[in-house]
Amino acid sequence: MSASPAVEMIGVNKWYGNFHVLRDIDLNVARGEKIVICGPSGSGKSTLIRCINRLEEHQSGRIIVEGTELTSDMRRIDEIRRDVGMVFQSFNLFPHLSILENCTLAPIWVRKMSKAEAEDQAMHYLTRVKIPEQAHKYPAQLSGGQQQRVAIARALCMSPKIMLFDEPTSALDPEMVKEVLDTMVSLAQEGMTMLVVTHEMNFARQVADRVIFMDGGEIVEMNEPQAFFSTPQHERTRLFLSQILG
Amino acid sequence: MSFVRTIPSAPLPPPVEARGAVLWLRQNLLSGPFSALFTFSACAALLWLVPQLWHYFVADAVLSSPDGQACRQPGAGMCWSFIANKMEFFLYSSYPRDQVWRVNSCLVSGAVLITWLLWPSARSKRLGGALFFLVYPVACFWLLHGFEALSLRTVPTNLWGGIFVSLLVSLVGIVVSLPGGILLALGRRSQLPVVRFVSTLFIEFVRGVPFITVLFMANTMLPLFVPENWSPDRLVRPLIGVSLFASAYMAEVVRGGLQAMDKGQYEGAQALGLTWWQMMRLIILPQALTTVIPGIVNTFIGLFKDTTLVAVVGIADFLRTVETARLDPAWAGPTISTSGYVFAGLFYFVFCYGMARYSLLMERRLSSGRKR
Repeated sequence: MSASPAVEMIGVNKWYGNFHVLRDIDLNVARGEKIVICGPSGSGKSTLIRCINRLEEHQSGRIIVEGTELTSDMRRIDEIRRDVGMVFQSFNLFPHLSILENCTLAPIWVRKMSKAEAEDQAMHYLTRVKIPEQAHKYPAQLSGGQQQRVAIARALCMSPKIMLFDEPTSALDPEMVKEVLDTMVSLAQEGMTMLVVTHEMNFARQVADRVIFMDGGEIVEMNEPQAFFSTPQHERTRLFLSQILG
Repeated sequence: MSFVRTIPSAPLPPPVEARGAVLWLRQNLLSGPFSALFTFSACAALLWLVPQLWHYFVADAVLSSPDGQACRQPGAGMCWSFIANKMEFFLYSSYPRDQVWRVNSCLVSGAVLITWLLWPSARSKRLGGALFFLVYPVACFWLLHGFEALSLRTVPTNLWGGIFVSLLVSLVGIVVSLPGGILLALGRRSQLPVVRFVSTLFIEFVRGVPFITVLFMANTMLPLFVPENWSPDRLVRPLIGVSLFASAYMAEVVRGGLQAMDKGQYEGAQALGLTWWQMMRLIILPQALTTVIPGIVNTFIGLFKDTTLVAVVGIADFLRTVETARLDPAWAGPTISTSGYVFAGLFYFVFCYGMARYSLLMERRLSSGRKR
């Protein structure tokens, strides 16, 4: 089974009304692979990864996640969502629950774990993201960087096979970006399959197996980081890189 | 160098204008010409109002006058004696007097259970909830209506009335309208076209019709829809009407709360693999309902006062008993009638104000953990 890809996208298309957001996306993500997706705003990069756990619906083509094809069957979607963790730009922690409850909710209700077991596991992951002492606070009492690390721990508590990151550092103050990236790097080093939408090009150089550049809803260029940054093939990629790398 | 001080001199006290009562007065009551104007007019209004209230409720009030003669004297205040004399009638209306212990046990056990559920730090609320929502309605129905096997004789509902029926109608309305409103609100926002259409139609229809019309419809139309021997009891009909009406209003309040929710909360819950019902129950509704507590309590208060309208379909609610009592020839007289209405006003005010205060308490408690 290890030969089969973690995510397989074949000829995926999506429209918002008349606006063509994803054009003929073909993408294979191997188990354990780290992919960084960049591109100008509105290029469809967030939409692409949000299709993988069906927060967005694709209109044509096939998406197969861990051997299960995404259709409108709600049970299959829930099954895939259990195995695919997601970290959002705006954290999306549950403000009415404590940090610990944020991390135990899904394991208890979805994985049917006992409360004690879920709490042990939550403390384990909160220790890994280096904030076990905040477990009994509420999200609003934490800094942005801490909230984002809680969000990562919350996703990890479901023992996902794939992690999606949708601009995880874009909403953070500059001094907090590093703590979140460090957490993501250590996660990558443990062999997690990761798809990361970000403009943190140092992170891409350090961690990514492949970097994808998207523009106008299509994958313009896809290459390993060394080649991607030193010899970009397309004019659009070059322009984009010159803009964000300065 | 003995002329150099080695320690600082003790600080002088602040000037009189900058401390204590004088400062407080300046800052809060006399901070400008408008503030001063308001302060003086408020004081004048109090000076005019308070003595009158004092005279009406205390100084000129008639505490004991067995035949009500003293209440009819010119300048007589509140006729407490009339209230005391008619209190049983206000409470139970025509419920047989030798059986009122049944009503009392329901009222007392209901009060105990409600306190248990509403008391913020009370324990085993799950048990309390089960008792209140499952056991209490059945037990009270048997107790109030009668249960031959336990030699409780049947008391038909046309003898029920007074405060206990007012409380019963309100309680049923409140207990049904919150879950009913939540379901209707979810239905109105549903992806399923049929569910959405039916919910919207129901809400708009019930909301678009005066409450009295809903009561008349419940009274006259419900029996037409069911077989004759299944015809709902004359008290059950307005109960259904009240519940439907309040649910429709509640649905729109709850929908407001759902509308205010950040889309990220839905996505966060979905991304974790929660099912739709789990997401609603654990993530969305707890937050949405907290946001709209003022609106929910507003609807409850409106519903509580609207229960006085069930009188139009022949239910002897509390206000109806006041109306009947004031027509008693033994107690006829304009001051006595006023006393009855004032008492009814006090009764409704105490309950509504209690609900308002409790909702403020809950708002503070629920938001305390979430703010910085």
